[in-house]
Amino acid sequence: MAMSAEQSGRLARLLSEHTDRLTERWTETVAASLRGRLSQAELGRQVRELHRSMIDAGRNGLTDLADEHGGELRAVLAELSTNRARQGFSASETAISVFAVKDALLELMEENKADDTLRDFVAFSALIDQMGLFTFESYVRTREGLIADQAEQLLELSTPVVKLWEGVVAVPLVGTLDSARAQVVMERLLQTLVDTGSPYAIIDITGVPAVDTQVAQHILKTVVAARLMGADCIISGIRPQIAQTIVALGIEFGDIATKASLADALRHVLRLTGVETTARRPRRES
Amino acid sequence: MERVPILKIGDILLVSIQVDMSDQTAIQLQEDLAERIVATGCHGVIIDITALDIVDSFVGRMLSTIASISKVLDAETVVVGMRPAVAITLVELGLSLNGIRTALNVERGMELVAATRADDWDALDGDDEDAETTATP
Repeated sequence: MAMSAEQSGRLARLLSEHTDRLTERWTETVAASLRGRLSQAELGRQVRELHRSMIDAGRNGLTDLADEHGGELRAVLAELSTNRARQGFSASETAISVFAVKDALLELMEENKADDTLRDFVAFSALIDQMGLFTFESYVRTREGLIADQAEQLLELSTPVVKLWEGVVAVPLVGTLDSARAQVVMERLLQTLVDTGSPYAIIDITGVPAVDTQVAQHILKTVVAARLMGADCIISGIRPQIAQTIVALGIEFGDIATKASLADALRHVLRLTGVETTARRPRRES
Repeated sequence: MERVPILKIGDILLVSIQVDMSDQTAIQLQEDLAERIVATGCHGVIIDITALDIVDSFVGRMLSTIASISKVLDAETVVVGMRPAVAITLVELGLSLNGIRTALNVERGMELVAATRADDWDALDGDDEDAETTATP
């Protein structure tokens, strides 16, 4: 049931007449639901701010939260839920902060009963429901933003290209390799090859938990692309179980060199480039 | 019509493609290159595609053709400077440029040509070359 402008004015009057009592009761209910995880002063400030913007909106004749008059109220609600989301509160706890005003309102209205009290309360309640839903949406949006940011950071963190030797770079892959990550790895590796002018690249898959046909496909594509650019790729860090899976799946690595460990791969590359590695005889203390 | 310049550096012909390749330009390049290989007697051709943003199947086939022509004329072809984006696109398209040797940049390309020539000499007459190198200083 939509609220009329008249009811909206009445709500504003009701809210402003009993400001202290209302905010106190409201803060109490919210504090009980949050179980002391937010300081009383902070909570009180938030509730008063929300209370004030509800009065302002009511005076302007707000009938629907999506109205132009609801702009400020929406901003306050969005800020409240953004803060709650960042502080790690759950969605219901955030919504309860808004719904708690209903209890306080009901108490007030029961005391001053009139003919249309019930009708008014239902209308107010509809508005508060809208506000609750809005906080919920803002909360979800903030959380989604956080998750997207983290995914991006993870993508940046997890694909370093390191230089092992003059002309040899390595990519230690850690974690599951999906299409998006494989693309990033491929681009970054190829760009590093160009930037450093390295003709050899080692792809180390020690940290990849499982290799299926798709992951193998991604790795093969990277190797072929590197070859097209004039660089050779060696795959290292193949664990025993993964070797068995690769054979069981019938994946063919063709003429691509595969080594058991990064050390073996580096030794292989050094031999190709003609670098001799010999153990120096330990110096004897006489 | 634009022409792709062919530069001679020592025993190597350097072709740096700076313009978008059209059918005409490609055919002209093939003809010019064949003539220059015969005229100069060079044994290496380096095609620099650093400036190419797009390598499609047409350019890919042109590169293959040039490599084959050079091979017939006893010259080694190396394609250098392919961009990562180009390489990724070619792989996604399934074009692997068979029979074409690649290097990261012109310098590496020249090293590759030199190494290949040295291998060829070794294979043909390893003893003679040893005698030559000892005689030189």
